Formats: sequence, structure tokens, C-alpha cells
Amino acid sequence: MSWLETFRTSWAAVRSHALRSVLTVVGILIGIAAVILTVGLGLGTQKDVSAQISALGSNLLIVSPGSTTSSSGVRGGFGTGSTLTIADAVALASHVSAPDVKAVAAEKTSSQSLTAGSTNWTTSVSGVTPSWLSVRSRSIEVGRFLTSSDDAQSSDVVVLGSEAAQELFGRTVGVVGQTVTVAGTSFEVVGVLAPAGSDSSSNLDDVALVPMSTAQTQLSTGASSSVSTVYLEAASAGRLSAAYQEARAVLLTTHGIADASGADFTISSQDALVSTATAVYRTLTVLLTGIAALSLLVGGIGVMNIMLVSVTERTREIGLRKALGAPPGAIRRQFLVEAAILGLSGGVLGALVGSLAALLLPAAIGSSVVVSPAAIGLSLGVSVAIGIVFGVYPATRAARLAPIDALRTE
Amino acid sequence: MAERTTAPTASAASAATSSARRRGAAEARPVIELVGARKTYRSGSIEFEALKGIDVRIDEGEYVAIMGPSGSGKSTIMNVLGCLDTLTEGEYRLGGVDVEDLDEADLAAIRNRQIGFVFQQFHLLPSLSAERNVELPLVYAAVPADERRRRARAALERVGLGDRFENRPGELSGGQQQRVAVARALVGEPTMILADEPTGNLDSVSTADVLALFDELHASGRTIVLITHELEVAERARRIIRVRDGLIQGDEVTA
Repeated sequence: MSWLETFRTSWAAVRSHALRSVLTVVGILIGIAAVILTVGLGLGTQKDVSAQISALGSNLLIVSPGSTTSSSGVRGGFGTGSTLTIADAVALASHVSAPDVKAVAAEKTSSQSLTAGSTNWTTSVSGVTPSWLSVRSRSIEVGRFLTSSDDAQSSDVVVLGSEAAQELFGRTVGVVGQTVTVAGTSFEVVGVLAPAGSDSSSNLDDVALVPMSTAQTQLSTGASSSVSTVYLEAASAGRLSAAYQEARAVLLTTHGIADASGADFTISSQDALVSTATAVYRTLTVLLTGIAALSLLVGGIGVMNIMLVSVTERTREIGLRKALGAPPGAIRRQFLVEAAILGLSGGVLGALVGSLAALLLPAAIGSSVVVSPAAIGLSLGVSVAIGIVFGVYPATRAARLAPIDALRTE
Repeated sequence: MAERTTAPTASAASAATSSARRRGAAEARPVIELVGARKTYRSGSIEFEALKGIDVRIDEGEYVAIMGPSGSGKSTIMNVLGCLDTLTEGEYRLGGVDVEDLDEADLAAIRNRQIGFVFQQFHLLPSLSAERNVELPLVYAAVPADERRRRARAALERVGLGDRFENRPGELSGGQQQRVAVARALVGEPTMILADEPTGNLDSVSTADVLALFDELHASGRTIVLITHELEVAERARRIIRVRDGLIQGDEVTA
């Protein structure tokens, strides 16, 4: 019996009990659609998080003073101490010793009380170099950013984050040219940053930025040349680890440290943040997919159930076919193909429903859903496999029926 | 042994008288040979001997009725002859091939090529047209689709249903359904046609119809084995083998 003939026979059988077939197919459909959606939701969320994080500064390395690897137990903790200086930032900007570092921005941050008219607002004020804006992937909403000449002249100018501007002036437009007093000095507002949201630890919009030289001379509490953070932008995402190695070597040299484990600085990347977030979402996705897979299993049992009914109901037909010369293999194939048709129909419809839901869902829940062709292809394969796996037992039972007993069944 | 030696002689005699198309005794080739056939059914500790040692030889072109009351063992003979069941003891050669050593797939192939079944309950598939029903044996013989169609139509025309190709069994009368079944039995050009109570579910008109068809097939040289408990039906055959209690009681040539 040819495959075409087998398929025709099986299809006729599926159609002959249409309602039962449809109900069975719905069982598979729900399972496949659920798997496609949960996997898509997991991937979508992961993509959203990655996009959010990389928007905060792509290819970014963060150098902080101090070290977390305090094996000797005497070194200051991460983020403390004043071992990082503006000279380090200059050394890192060298294209000779750190060719994969595209740009360097230093930041010297302290908490200050800002006054505008009668309004007080305490926020973090950072002295930054002009490259800060591009390295941190930020943009200016109104006015201008700090320039090299501001830095050279230690001008008393300030760029406010949108939230700081809101707190001080109650608005973000029309604040350029206003005056803000910090630590007894009047600063002219020259620009406002576009909003950027929050990262894991701080509000990126509640900031005030002044030229690095101004911060060093007027706002510094410790050693004036020390900086709190140096941001490095790698030439590309692929050069990130090369940039990391180079930056580390440069800093070990400038700090005169021979043993790498004695480093008095820490270099971290956004990658770490991304991978943490990714791990969380992956766990969630695996959990949800597991639940969806369970519903597929239930669908598979439905296929088996319906196939057993089909075999019982058609015992006489099986007996007749055997009497007419159908070998056991042909009978088994006929029922396996029938089960596979049920599985595949469920898979195709499930993929359609899942993809449709993936189109509609983002509007409802505000999270993107990624449906990859691979996921659809895989789910179709899985649905056929479910049909076959759960069809094997009924098909084998049919193939083993003795023709004489089968013919006698009323 | 008595039956076995008399049977060919008897059929040779009938061949000489009944049909000009029949071959002489010297040429007669055995289609069926049962030698010392025994069949015991076991159900738990209870044993039932359905066949207690039977020898039968049926030659090509014969029209034989196997007759007996229910419980006589005639159904068991039918199942054994149709390769639907195997003997406990003894030998069964169909067209010269010993079928005892064959596995399920080989038996299926034998049934497909050598035997055309006609059942009491017709056993047509209700969802298929008459033509598709008749095609079934050819489907399992891997005959190409257009040849299948041509041969199925020829077989249906042969049984007088040339205008019923597309009808489903439900749209046909009992007699017509049985004629479709006969067409299905014919279509594969089998060595013999094995009919199990073919008129058991038919009224007298349809019965006459189907029996006339068998007469025609016999006249054209087909080997027909008919199982029945009705004397009327058995008398249409050229030879009657009577079975009772698992043994052959008589073997006579009627025409």
C-alpha cells in the first residue's frame, strides 16, 4: 500500500468522525499555542531587558576604585577609596595602549544640596568630562551639554537631569539660563538631559552634571584629582573583552601593581547586568514552558484515547482489510498516519493561534512576544511526534488483531 | 483416506459431464490439499477439538460446497482454507504451498493473491464507493491507481453493476452489496473464491441472483468453495462435502 493511499485512507477515517477529531485537535492546539506563547513571551521580555540595558550605554565598561577581591582582608571594598584619578582616565584614552577603547568618560560624584529660588533639592552632582554624553548614550533635551571649554575654564555651569529640573523648577522647559546654587556657588543651567529611566541601582534622571574641573575645585571633599567612576566605551560589542583586558593592563601599569590579584580597581560591564536579568527570565520561561508542555502531554493522551476508540470501533474494518491481504505493517501505518494527521493539524492550528496571540498580546500587556520560525518549526515537529508516539500503542494493537476475531466482531 | 482417493475421480467424472471447459482428470491440479487436518481450541482448561483429522483435495475449476450444521467444524474449515487460522496438526497446501510455516505478512500476501472472500455480512466499507471497495485487494497488491480503477470497473460490470460504480454500500440492496463483494473477490484474479454463507443474509430473489453469478463464474473456470448449512444452496455446487462433529461424513458429486 503506497503512502499516498495510506494517507487517503487515514484522512477519510479522520473525517468520518469529524467532531471527535476536532476535539482531539483542539487539545493539541492549546498545548502548541501555549508553548509558542510562553517561549515567545520569555524571549520577548529578554529582548526588552537587553534593549533597555544596552540603551543605557552600549559596549560599556565601568571602572570603579577599590576591589572586591580582598584576599588579604585589608583592602577597601568595592566603590570606596580614591585610587582612581583623572590621570587614569587620560591613560585609558590612549589609542596605543588601549586600542579597543573608543572613548573614555570620567565621573566624580558627590551628594549635594541644590537651591533654585526658595526650592531645595538634594541630588547627586557629578563632575564629568565632555565625552560623558556619548559614552553613556544620553542625549540633551534642551540647551547644550558641557564642553571642553567649560572644563578648561572651570565654568560654573550645570546640566540637569529631567527629574532634578522638575524638582527644582517644577518644569523641564524654560529652565536654561536659570541659576542653581550648589555649595554656595551659583551655577548657570545650560541644558537638560533627555529622560533615560532607571537602571538597577539609581535614578538616571535625578542628576546634576558640572564640568570635571569645576567639581574638582569647588565640590571636592577628598583628594581633588580622584574620580568616582571611569566609563569606557569599547570599539564594538565584540571588542568588549579585548577592551577589558587592555584597560586592566593599563591601570595595573599606571598604578604600579605587579600582581593582578592585588588590583585596587574593579572593571565591570553591563553584560553582567544583562546576564543576571536574562537568567531570571530564563528560569521563568522554563517554568512556564514546562506548564505548557504538560498541556501538550495531556493533548497527546487525548490522541491516544481517540485512537484506541478508533481501533475498537473499526475492528471489523481491520479484520476485513487483513482478510483482503493487508499485512500488519500496512494496518499499523494506517493508524500511525491517522494519529500523525491529528497531531499535525493541532500543531498547524496551534502555531496559527499562537502567532496570532503573539501579535495581539503586546498591545494588551506591553511586553513584546518573539515568535521565531524555529519555534514554529519545532512545535510542528513536536506535534507530529506526539501524534506518532501516542499513536504507536493503538496502531500496534490494531496490527496485532487476529483477522478472524476482528471479522467476527459485531 | 477413502474420501481423498474418491474425490479427484469423482470430480473428474463431473468434469467430463458438466462442462466442456473443464480439464480432464490427468490435467487437474489441486488448489487445496488438507492432510490429516486437526484443530483444537483451548479456553482455559477446556479443550475443544473442532477438526478431528480431515483430508480434502479440491482441484482447479471445481465448484464445491462444504455443508454441515452449526458446530460441525465447517467454519473452522473455512478459516483454515482462508488462511485466517492455522491448524494444530496436519498440513494445508494452498496452490501447492504449505502455509503452516508462514508468518502474518506472508499469510496476508497469500490471502491477497490466492483467495477471494465473500462473507455472509458482505463486509463492505460503508464510507467507500462500490468501486473503491472493489479496489481494496488491488491496493494491498500495490497495483497502480488507473489499472486498479479499470479492473475494479470491469469486475463490477462482470457482476452486473456497471451502473453503480459511485454508489456507497448503504445505497445498494443486500443482493447488490453481495454482488459488489463478489466483484471484490474476483478483481485480484485469485486461485479460488471462498464464500462463507454468501446467501445467509439475502432474500430468495437475491439468493438466486448471487447463486446464478456463482454458476456463471464456475462455467468460466473459477474454483469456488462455498460454505453453507442450506441444502438448497449446496445443491447448486457440483460436489458436496458433508461435515459433522469435526469429521467428513460424505463427499458426493451432484452434477
